Amino acid sequence: MRILTGNDLVTGDVTWWTGSGWSRHVEDAADVGDQGEAIAQAEEGARRVNAPYVIDAAETADGPRPAHIKDRIRALGPTVRPDLTLKPADPNAGSWVI
Amino acid sequence: MYKYDEYDHSIVAARVEEFRDQVNRRLAGQITEDQFKPLRLMNGLYLQLHAYMLRVAVPYGTLDSRQMHMLAHIARKYDRGYGHFTTRQNIQYNWIKLADAPDILADLATVEMHAIQTSGNCIRNISSDQYAGAAADELTDPRPWAELLRQWSSFHPEFSYLPRKFKIAVIAADEDRAAMRLHDIGLQVVERGGQHGVAVYVGGGMGRTPMVAPLIKDFVPFEDFLSYMEACLRVYNRYGRRDNIYKARIKILVHEIGADKYRDEVEAEFAEVKKLDLDPPRAEFDRIAAYFAPPPYETGLSDAIDRGDPDFAVWLDQNVAAHKAPGYAIVNISLKPVGGIPGDASADQIDVMADLARDYSFDELRVTHAQNIVLPHVRKADLPAIWQKLADAGLAEANLDLISDIIACPGLDYCSLANARSIPVAQKIAQRFSDLGRQRELGELKLKISGCINACGHHHAGHIGILGVDRKGTENYQLLLGGSGAEDVSLGTITGPGFSEDGIVDAVEKATDVYLRERAEGERFLDTYRRVGMAPFKEAIYG
Repeated sequence: MRILTGNDLVTGDVTWWTGSGWSRHVEDAADVGDQGEAIAQAEEGARRVNAPYVIDAAETADGPRPAHIKDRIRALGPTVRPDLTLKPADPNAGSWVI
Repeated sequence: MYKYDEYDHSIVAARVEEFRDQVNRRLAGQITEDQFKPLRLMNGLYLQLHAYMLRVAVPYGTLDSRQMHMLAHIARKYDRGYGHFTTRQNIQYNWIKLADAPDILADLATVEMHAIQTSGNCIRNISSDQYAGAAADELTDPRPWAELLRQWSSFHPEFSYLPRKFKIAVIAADEDRAAMRLHDIGLQVVERGGQHGVAVYVGGGMGRTPMVAPLIKDFVPFEDFLSYMEACLRVYNRYGRRDNIYKARIKILVHEIGADKYRDEVEAEFAEVKKLDLDPPRAEFDRIAAYFAPPPYETGLSDAIDRGDPDFAVWLDQNVAAHKAPGYAIVNISLKPVGGIPGDASADQIDVMADLARDYSFDELRVTHAQNIVLPHVRKADLPAIWQKLADAGLAEANLDLISDIIACPGLDYCSLANARSIPVAQKIAQRFSDLGRQRELGELKLKISGCINACGHHHAGHIGILGVDRKGTENYQLLLGGSGAEDVSLGTITGPGFSEDGIVDAVEKATDVYLRERAEGERFLDTYRRVGMAPFKEAIYG
């Protein structure tokens, strides 16, 4: 699948296109097929996202899993600071990245 | 310490308001990201992996307690309670909101700090010896020279759009604690005929094409100093390659045309520049130098130190350096606790270090390129109290220049340019060698890790260097041996095929085993490597 990601213009937070808006959680990401670039252009123009780009991801039971480790780290947070990730209480969150 | 004059205050304040307007226009949609990006970068604001990142300049690594407290305040109010001290003697915040950036810059301006020229293809923060003004071995304090360069290079209209970024280091001792010859320009203040001038090295650097800067001129007197710098930059600005980002640094130019040709070009340009009468009068240098006058040391102090506590004695031997003034010492505060993140400090720890500087070090601190902090002027009699307060704050790791005193870039945990994570590798190596006695048995061993070829973690200059690469989507780590950023400067050599995250830790341990087996009396790891060569290490690592 192909999913769309970027950063929130104001906060800089990593965000994922859900099909109708933006979410902080990669689990909410929608398959954009071949529409990613067009959505990115429109959303960036409306200042709802900054520096968007399309990535490959695998469909899993837990939702989309970005193909590249860089985007998995973006999705979770720094592996060396579990307390600053989106899942600070999940001891296995780091293994999802690796 | 240098203090802003009315011009400094006014230009920094104007810059803050200019950036506030630019941010407002960006948020209002009046400018695009493509238009805004170069403007935010000029103010040190990057968009990194998780958020905006702000890099704050610490000129030549010197701070006072008021400034250090401000860094803690920013970590607490605008970030997530910590900051990351960098290999350029700066500090970075990883979780900045765009709308907050102008307020942060305004707060910084109240303590004479800013983020100007911490990014972009301009002359970056001038770096220097962290022991400047305190070192027992220095000719003079190099910071007045660095400050003169800072003033000359700030907003220099001709050098705001160079082919690529430009880094200058200034030292004034034969022991190089600033990796001077691995900078675009490295300067060493030297004496000739009773006058101080600089030896000028040009074209060093790390990155994907590491080079040691050759000597371009062995002595430039103060009277010609800025004109000569101007000429060095002009030649680069004219001939440096703008067609290929990978060949745009001055090291490529000097290498391609040769040091002799570059020198000839600089001399010709210098002859023209000198006519412009750019060089300040000696009185201006003296005015600046007065800000760096030695603090009012007490006299008649004893050099005796109570070594009764064995943990204190180890810290004393490892982290405290000789000072030029009798009865005083230089304290190195390690930001490399075992299992910690190299260079990170919490807001509370930053406050503790600021208070120690105020109470014990004539209100001065230094940031080192090895991502540690220095209290440059402390009475030896105060060392036990300082150590105790550092220990209470988790800042008394006694590992300066040992294998766990690792330089590591933020790597793939934070940096959008990185190919692999650096910090977890640093943590695993530090844990593998967590026994301090074992570390001290290994002695001085500088281990440096970069998460990509840009080499922010100085892996080329590590006695042991590690470079993270992306191998078909998987993190992989190359091992280098034999680098040095010191006066015995050299570039490391790759041992062979790379390793997994766990494999690189094993490989490092095998390299240290070879050293312990092969070393001669008094040899450091680097000395043994240079004597016996790569072969025994390679055999142990891959055999």
